[in-house]
Amino acid sequence: MNDTTIEVESVHKHFGTALALDGMNFTVLPGRVTGFVGPNGAGKSTTIRVILGLDAPDSGRALVGGQPYRHLRHPLRHVGALVDAAALQPSRSARNHLLWIARSQGLSTRRVDDVLELVGLRDVARRKAGGYSLGMRQRLGIAAALLGDPPAIIMDEPFNGMDPEGIIWMRQLLRSMATEGRVILVSSHLMSELQDMADHVVVVGRGRVLANDGVDELITRASKDEVVVRTDTPSEGVSALQHVGAVARVLDPNTISVSGIEAQRVVEVLSQAHVPFGEVIAQRASLEDVYLQLTSGEVEFRGTMGNEARQ
Amino acid sequence: MNTSNTPSMPPNEVGRGSFIPVLRSEWTKFRTVRGWGIGVLAAVLLCVGFTFLVANGNNEGGCTGPPAPGSGPNSPGSNCYVGHPFVPIGPNGEAVADSYSYVHHRLTGNGTVTVQVTSLTGVISTSPASEAPSLTRTKPGLAQWAKAGILLTSSAKQGSPYAAVMATGGHGVNWQYNYTHDQSGLPGAVTNSSPRWLRLTRNGNTLVGYDSTNGTTWLEIGTARLAGLPATVNIGLFVTSPVTFQSTSGGAPTAATATFDHITMNGRATVADWKSTSVGSGPRDYYPTLGASTTRRPDNGVVLSGSGDISLAVNPLAGGDDASSIVWFGLLVALIMIIVIATMFITVEYRRGLIRTTFTATHRRGFVLSTKAIIIGVVAFVVGTLGSAAGVALGEHALKNNGNFIFPANTFTVTRVIFGSGALVGVSAVAVLAIATILRKSASAVTAGIVVFVLPYVIGSIATGGVGTWLFRLTPAAGFDVLGTLPRSTLVNFPQTMANGYYPLAPWAGLAVLCAYAALALAMAFFVLRRRDA
Repeated sequence: MNDTTIEVESVHKHFGTALALDGMNFTVLPGRVTGFVGPNGAGKSTTIRVILGLDAPDSGRALVGGQPYRHLRHPLRHVGALVDAAALQPSRSARNHLLWIARSQGLSTRRVDDVLELVGLRDVARRKAGGYSLGMRQRLGIAAALLGDPPAIIMDEPFNGMDPEGIIWMRQLLRSMATEGRVILVSSHLMSELQDMADHVVVVGRGRVLANDGVDELITRASKDEVVVRTDTPSEGVSALQHVGAVARVLDPNTISVSGIEAQRVVEVLSQAHVPFGEVIAQRASLEDVYLQLTSGEVEFRGTMGNEARQ
Repeated sequence: MNTSNTPSMPPNEVGRGSFIPVLRSEWTKFRTVRGWGIGVLAAVLLCVGFTFLVANGNNEGGCTGPPAPGSGPNSPGSNCYVGHPFVPIGPNGEAVADSYSYVHHRLTGNGTVTVQVTSLTGVISTSPASEAPSLTRTKPGLAQWAKAGILLTSSAKQGSPYAAVMATGGHGVNWQYNYTHDQSGLPGAVTNSSPRWLRLTRNGNTLVGYDSTNGTTWLEIGTARLAGLPATVNIGLFVTSPVTFQSTSGGAPTAATATFDHITMNGRATVADWKSTSVGSGPRDYYPTLGASTTRRPDNGVVLSGSGDISLAVNPLAGGDDASSIVWFGLLVALIMIIVIATMFITVEYRRGLIRTTFTATHRRGFVLSTKAIIIGVVAFVVGTLGSAAGVALGEHALKNNGNFIFPANTFTVTRVIFGSGALVGVSAVAVLAIATILRKSASAVTAGIVVFVLPYVIGSIATGGVGTWLFRLTPAAGFDVLGTLPRSTLVNFPQTMANGYYPLAPWAGLAVLCAYAALALAMAFFVLRRRDA
């Protein structure tokens, strides 16, 4: 492939007897923010480590821009990754932390100062990283990921420990980088963190992809086409709606539940039958609902995978 | 945004990666942790400091009897002295033994001396170590390297160039010159029924030794060319008999008595007017002797008793210090510091999870390990070299000030000890880095480093018997063999043990053993690193 993508192809991975990845299979395209969600232990971190060449898969492969990570000459110019913000030598300054990474990629000291400026750490760059707050460490980790100006960026749980201001900054940063045409993969175990930011989500559980779709499509598909009607005469309304072939039933003395026809048609039918009604509400699922629906069968396996515990 | 507008795969960016950026990266890592820099500096200073302290702790001096009233040390008439007994220095700068009985005459120009040796017998001192040896407490016995024969020497000064043909206690007839050269002649012991004839000729600077069983058929044993030999030299008969270590580890002085007959110089019977001296048996001379005597015999004969040796000086007798005897402790301390730093260089990354950042930046894990090995190896080499160079310089100064004898070592040997110290610390550091890579935990890796690289030295230097010797041959402690400076001689029977400062392996062989361990550890670390998930 000429365009940068991240491809994960049928990756299997065991840790001892525990199956961490069970045919993980998805592609991350450029120009949009892709959320990578699933309960703890679903295999998100393991997948990211396989993409980054840190863990060797038992079978299958992961490609970055059509190449295995271990074939990249200056990998951080292709993929920037934030895997663990706590991974710092406490006695080394933030600037020197970025400097050794820059040296390994043949990048200049100037680039180090640029990314420090970008993440807002310029003024504290010469302080020991051991004294940084969790949020500052996240910013430093993001600076490291951006160092090589890579076309693909992978972030494993980047919002952990960030203050609300930081989370907003982070969302804007990732969105703008997606707009520039980069591949952005952001993992989280909380779907709510991805709301308003992700264009696309890959939902995983037990080492497999459960859903891989646009956010809008997922919501539409998950929303049962249920319409709720407020009326003082529910039994008349039910019989009028059943007459046109809809499934309707009385929920309580003021409420009818209808499915099988759209809200627009419900209004038409009730008006024609002269049934008085107060409100017609089309129920729509939230991203959180979608996620809970998809993963309800998976959460009980939390903790048995063991791969999150390895962090 | 400070980023480009059209991100895509950088061109020509697929490849195996190059080594130099990784080296620069790892060097940046190393130099940006201040504690490691301080540790490295401390290692050098501790090495220098402890070397100086060990050297400064050595003081020499003593009395050979009650001091004469009203006289200070080293003044005429005093039996007390400050400093080490006198150790002569040979023509090539080496410490030598040069003590013997001598009945001699001057020889100007070319000439030949011939003599018949009809007996060679000896006694061994039985005095306890607390008493001065004397001829009154001896038992019969002839040292292997008891010597009796013809000696030509450029001057009576100890350490002068010489050549000699001699009958020996257990090595037959030998031709020796300038303390280290030896060639064998007729085998067998000298007895009345089987005497030996010896002959030494001078022709310019060329000296030749012969032997014969009958005085008519002569065999040449060897030739020596002594450059710069003066026109007039001393030539004569000598007897000497070295300290034996056969029954006591401290050594027992011996004396030998030889009977010489039919002495001729340039074909003319002579000996009556020859002078008799005892060389190197004064109160300040280091070599233990049992006394000397000369008895003239009729028919150009002489019975000569003597004690001492003409050979390389060896440490159990000369009792000197050398670079390795003072630098070892400082080096051990520096090594422990370096073991800790080498361990931290990798284990901190594992503890903090930083290793994943390292391996995403450089997926060629072998590069990461080899660049770390180069950096810690070079740093440790510099630590060992600087610490040893400054420590030995300061330490030898202290030794001299305190009146100690320093075994002379040539520039090559001193250079080898200094850079060898660096190599010892450097190679150990690389091996410890490899072990730490395998173990990943600071505490266990530091423990392993000390157990493998420090403990064998400590055990080896206090163990008695063969254990220490084998530890310095087979374990990583063999690396310390690179410190050996004392010259060995096959012409002296003495215990060449660790306790006397003689390391069991040749310097480079010892270092090679250490390198083999480091190579093994590195190979295992490369293997594990390649196989393991990060």
